[in-house]
Amino acid sequence: MKTFVRILFFCFIVKPLLSFILGVNLYGKHNLPKHRQFIMVANHNSHLDTAALLNLFPLSQLKSIHPVAAEDYFNSNALLSEFSKTCFNILPIPRTHITKSNNPIKRMCEVVEAGHSLIIFPEGGRGLPEEMAPFQTGIAHLIQRHPEIPVVPAYLKGMGRSLPKGEFILIPFFCDLIIGELLYLKGSKEEITQALERVVSELGRKLND
Amino acid sequence: MFNFVEWFHQAKPVIQMGTIVLGLLSFSTALVQCLQLLKPKSDFSELSKRIRSWWLMATLFFLSLIVHPDASIVLFAITSFLALKEYFTLIHTRIEDHRVLFWAFLSIPIQFWLVKIHWWAVFVIFIPVYMFLFIPIRLVMTGKTAGIVESIAKIQWGLMAFVFCISHIAYMLNLPTIPAIPGGGKALVLYLVFLTEINDVAQYIWGKLFGRTAIAPSVSPKKTLAGFIGGVLTTVILAVLLRFLSGFDLTLAIASGFLISLSGFIGDLVVSAIKRDMGVKDSGALIPGHGGMLDRIDSLTYSAPLFFHFVGYMFYPAPH
Repeated sequence: MKTFVRILFFCFIVKPLLSFILGVNLYGKHNLPKHRQFIMVANHNSHLDTAALLNLFPLSQLKSIHPVAAEDYFNSNALLSEFSKTCFNILPIPRTHITKSNNPIKRMCEVVEAGHSLIIFPEGGRGLPEEMAPFQTGIAHLIQRHPEIPVVPAYLKGMGRSLPKGEFILIPFFCDLIIGELLYLKGSKEEITQALERVVSELGRKLND
Repeated sequence: MFNFVEWFHQAKPVIQMGTIVLGLLSFSTALVQCLQLLKPKSDFSELSKRIRSWWLMATLFFLSLIVHPDASIVLFAITSFLALKEYFTLIHTRIEDHRVLFWAFLSIPIQFWLVKIHWWAVFVIFIPVYMFLFIPIRLVMTGKTAGIVESIAKIQWGLMAFVFCISHIAYMLNLPTIPAIPGGGKALVLYLVFLTEINDVAQYIWGKLFGRTAIAPSVSPKKTLAGFIGGVLTTVILAVLLRFLSGFDLTLAIASGFLISLSGFIGDLVVSAIKRDMGVKDSGALIPGHGGMLDRIDSLTYSAPLFFHFVGYMFYPAPH
């Protein structure tokens, strides 16, 4: 039932919104992994980011892709929680008051070990419009434990103008989305985090040229 | 009951012009294919992409004119929307402008609805007066004054160029059939749009063939004197040849040829200057081979209102 609702939601709301109201120019489509597990890493300025990234994949694959999202925000009320789980298939993780039992890394690992893919925004929040904040190191733990899963770097531009944090009215702008080459990262937590941050901001620079 | 004779009479200018465009596009498609065969080493992919996009745009335009009177209004409203979106994407806007941009977009359905209900008196003042008065006060309500002058100017200019001016093409469809203009508004729109677009193409071709001296080097180095003169002459000659559509006499046809060609050139130049200021070559990536929507309709932002007023002054005493 959830899958069915999600497919309807994407067909009738997300796709028309992204293709006609906004208009997303996609670059580096050939870098997208086909029919295999991945961890996608992107910058984050807007709720539209999640929709645009999920929309890159065939509808049949949506059930095995989980955007990692802040529990404190998305589980703040029952309606939002149900909506984001049904339509976006999110994996809620805590941002504060982390204990052993609710460890976010553990939750992400469980999903990955079940063979599913993740979309992660390592900035840890949407932040200021069209500005990239430093990456959090949590993602590096996950990559260290699963170096065999490819990392797909992506950069989104324009979404933060269309629907910035704290706004509920969407303004149409043409947006850009660029996908980088698959990465297999090794090293210390700091090395992995820095490498990711470098690759993603490099993609952003490429878009601006 | 469906009256074929009446339908045919209504659709006659569309069919006539459609046949000419079909011929031109078929000829260019064949020409590019032949050139590719003769010179296999040169790359014509950009040119053939450009022509393929022409096929699509022409098909949409002619179909909308034939299907239903409202279809063209919707088509031009969508054109306005895409152009305005492209313009707002291109320019820098402040975070405080967010809600104001929403109202700017909302003016599109209102303006084209005024076209549909033939309300000329409000059509001509809604954007130049009422949006002009409303946008600054809505910006003031955000409480942020830094950069407000730029925002007022930028938003209003976008609305004037890409909503107000472009909507004149749609309003022209409302002009009735009169003895002097047997094809009515439909024929005038075909005449205007075809001549404006062919003027762009002719300028490009003459410039490629004989262009040496740049006509506005600091704004658009690719525009040449030869391209400009060739474009004007081609458009004037075509305006004379196609005057069976509009029903103009020779003098009026020559005058409208000059008017469309010169104003189209100016529109192109103004948008080029804006793109140059924003540091981009193409305004977007919407139309393969052409660039963005602004690259395609820039000339119409000037030629549409001017040709409308010209025809109005000559044949349709106000109010329309």
